[in-house]
Amino acid sequence: MAGLTGKDAVLTEYARKLETLDAPKGRSLTQDATRRMVRNKAAVVSVGVVLFIILFAFLGPYFLPWTYDKIDWSGIRKPPNFEAGHFAGTDQNGRDMLARIMQGTQMSLIVAMVATMVSVVIGVVYGAVAGYFGGRVDAVMMRFVDIMYALPYILFVIILVVIFGRNPVLLFVGIGCLEWLTMARIVRGQTLSIKEREFVEAARASGASSWAIIFRHIVPNLSGPVVIYATLTIPEIILTESFLSYLGLGVQEPQTSLGTLISFGAPVAETLPWMLIGPAVVLVSLLLCLTYIGDGLRDALDPKDR
Amino acid sequence: MALLEVKNLKVDFETTDGVVHAVRDLSYSLEKGGTIAIVGESGSGKTQGAFALLGLLPRNGKASGSVIFDGHEILNLPTRQMNRYRAERIGIIFQDPMTSLNPYLRISRQMTEVLEHHRGMSHSAALAESVRFLDAVRIPDAANRVRMYPHEFSGGMRQRVMIAMALLCQPELLIADEPTTALDVTVQAEIIDLLVDLQEDFGTAIILITHDLGIVAGTCEDTLVMFGGQVMEHRKTLDLFANPQHPYTQGLMAAIPRLDKKVDRLSTVSYEFMVGERQA
Amino acid sequence: MFGYVSRRVLSAIPIALIAVTACFFILRLAPGGPFDGERALPPATLANLRAHYNLDLPLIQQYLLYVWRLLHGDFGPSMVYNDFTVAQMLWIGLPFTLMLGFTAFVIGTIVGLVAGALSAVNQNKWPDYVLVMLVMVGLVVPNFLMAAILQLVFGVYLNWFPAGGWQNGSLAHLVLPVTVLVLPHAGRTARLMRGSMIEVLGTNYIRTAKAKGLGQRLILARHAIKPALLPVVSYLGPGLSYLLTGSLIVEQVFALPGIGKYFISAALNRDYGLVLGTTILYMVIILAVNLLVDILYAWLDPKVRYH
Repeated sequence: MAGLTGKDAVLTEYARKLETLDAPKGRSLTQDATRRMVRNKAAVVSVGVVLFIILFAFLGPYFLPWTYDKIDWSGIRKPPNFEAGHFAGTDQNGRDMLARIMQGTQMSLIVAMVATMVSVVIGVVYGAVAGYFGGRVDAVMMRFVDIMYALPYILFVIILVVIFGRNPVLLFVGIGCLEWLTMARIVRGQTLSIKEREFVEAARASGASSWAIIFRHIVPNLSGPVVIYATLTIPEIILTESFLSYLGLGVQEPQTSLGTLISFGAPVAETLPWMLIGPAVVLVSLLLCLTYIGDGLRDALDPKDR
Repeated sequence: MALLEVKNLKVDFETTDGVVHAVRDLSYSLEKGGTIAIVGESGSGKTQGAFALLGLLPRNGKASGSVIFDGHEILNLPTRQMNRYRAERIGIIFQDPMTSLNPYLRISRQMTEVLEHHRGMSHSAALAESVRFLDAVRIPDAANRVRMYPHEFSGGMRQRVMIAMALLCQPELLIADEPTTALDVTVQAEIIDLLVDLQEDFGTAIILITHDLGIVAGTCEDTLVMFGGQVMEHRKTLDLFANPQHPYTQGLMAAIPRLDKKVDRLSTVSYEFMVGERQA
Repeated sequence: MFGYVSRRVLSAIPIALIAVTACFFILRLAPGGPFDGERALPPATLANLRAHYNLDLPLIQQYLLYVWRLLHGDFGPSMVYNDFTVAQMLWIGLPFTLMLGFTAFVIGTIVGLVAGALSAVNQNKWPDYVLVMLVMVGLVVPNFLMAAILQLVFGVYLNWFPAGGWQNGSLAHLVLPVTVLVLPHAGRTARLMRGSMIEVLGTNYIRTAKAKGLGQRLILARHAIKPALLPVVSYLGPGLSYLLTGSLIVEQVFALPGIGKYFISAALNRDYGLVLGTTILYMVIILAVNLLVDILYAWLDPKVRYH
């Protein structure tokens, strides 16, 4: 038989490999996703930059001689001055810009985290319930989402902010309350397919209650799309917050946020450029990196590409 | 002179896990009006080997070797020149009729454009010709159904449309890539019968790519068995069935479920003789 | 097709009604009122004012009255800009806002579609990289920052275009505001178009089209564009909504006479009539655009039409 097709030499070689080497190892989905994410250079760099910005915002203030609300009467509207410890200059009130940028970044990050969490919780619960119960419940619940989509969203935010006053916590929650719509849609779609799977069937057969099935079996299996979408929600919320702050509806003095800083910097950018450049650079790089991370996660976790 | 002469065809894919050799050293030839079956399981490189002929490999695929069609080298021709062979002289039917037709265009549009493009026919002439071919592949009420969208057809009907579309220009060679895999068993037999009839009527040479030895038996003169991108065995179909030589072919034959012999378990192909660097 | 359209139109009506109701009650249940000025008004005056605007009636009666008037095209009086009715205020500001918004919408959609398609066709070649970078800029630079940068560069330093103002609609005054609105919209559209185009180009039916020997252009024009447009079309509704929102900012930054300016001050001053009127009109516009989008979608996708 040997040499009949002239390929047996190769086969013998394979056979030898089989004896000496391990069979090719299967990779788990998570490992695979991690590898793909790590190979995505833009995403890796972005993770680094975001971590740096977080450290900068939360630890930075401890290394500065000035706090964000302290007024330096000898340095009003001054460009960066290293001797006085104003590394990014001062604003019209003589407050240190670098300290204010750090405080503003902190505020923007906190808003983003809280609001994203609120939107994730509402979106996941709402979407999972609608998807799991299906039928008329689903139809009514998703119709409501359609209605909310039709509303001019930002007008609603403005109305909410006006109603609840300028309380930062309420601001966070309010933004979160309006950002959950897309999350609910995505989660509902996923739930519709997951609830047909065998393990849900098995849980139902063993007498688990609907709520137990939703929260023990379905919600944990949604982590992929939820993580992707939450990552993409963070920059949206930072933008919304800065938008509101820019209109004067957001964070109030002496506290500040990146949007507020830019709104004060923009009109005087011609004469006091350091008031605009600093916050603008931080905001843009934060948004850019978060978008890249979200894209990277989506590419890494999306099974469509495999 | 042979209609098609494939020599030392290699197909490689650049992937993030390194280069995958999908086809290594594939050689065969086909006479005018001849038939050859290329048999192998999924991942054996049989489909990619056929796509390479028409330059239909995905972006990351690369073919080398030689493919002589009617005396001309056609492997890796620039798209513009390749387009003169596609459909006009070499037709192809794909595995999945559900996704191979454009869901957003009427069947008429998808068929007539072939004739308008290659033959310069007017739309009405092309439409009449298309209906004639739909009749030839036994689609009932073709004159009306030609105006429908693909989703209004069943899988078997769509595959008939695909076949009619591939034959429109009466090509000298038809590549049928797993034409029945996605279809019901009863429909499978009909489609194969249809191909055999059409081959007799039009004198088209056929390359039938399949994993199903059952449909090869009565259809093709020659059979070529592939595994892991390589040719295991290449002989007359009758000889091959009567007396398989290669252990892989033997395994493949043993794996065909049979009604005339009583067995406790269905046999599977043993891979002990081989561990693949097949696609991870 | 006609049945589909009329069904969609009918189903938009209850949505609009529910939304009006929600806006009305949210606004009314909030603390504060239009007459909480710096100085407290004498009780008698306040009572008169409240009676004048029907604020002393039970809430449900006010609501019915409001809806009744609304159905007759009456948005009621503005409670802060005393000399105007809400309809008058809207008539002053809205045409400008819509003109600005729709101009940017049309330009941005076209630019985005072309850029996204070009990017997809040249995937991983230099035009793709350049376009993807530009799209990212459009996406992540907030409009108020972009406005400030453009004002500074083109308005102040280069002095090519006026940095603000209106002057009865000279084209030069519109260039910068429209650009600010176009960039993010074009960016989002291009991103979507690129993704869906790449997906479509990888489908089996495009492979079939190639196997037919059709030229690249014909394949793109006839086989690829329609399916690639679908996800983009369904984004157009939310896209317009984003864009009208953005025009609030742009009108402020460039000192343009749109509705945006009034809306923010109206919300701050609890000018119920004006806030409700603006919100309702925006909503009607967005619903109308969504309706158009659905119809466009049905026209593009034969499968939707038959359901």
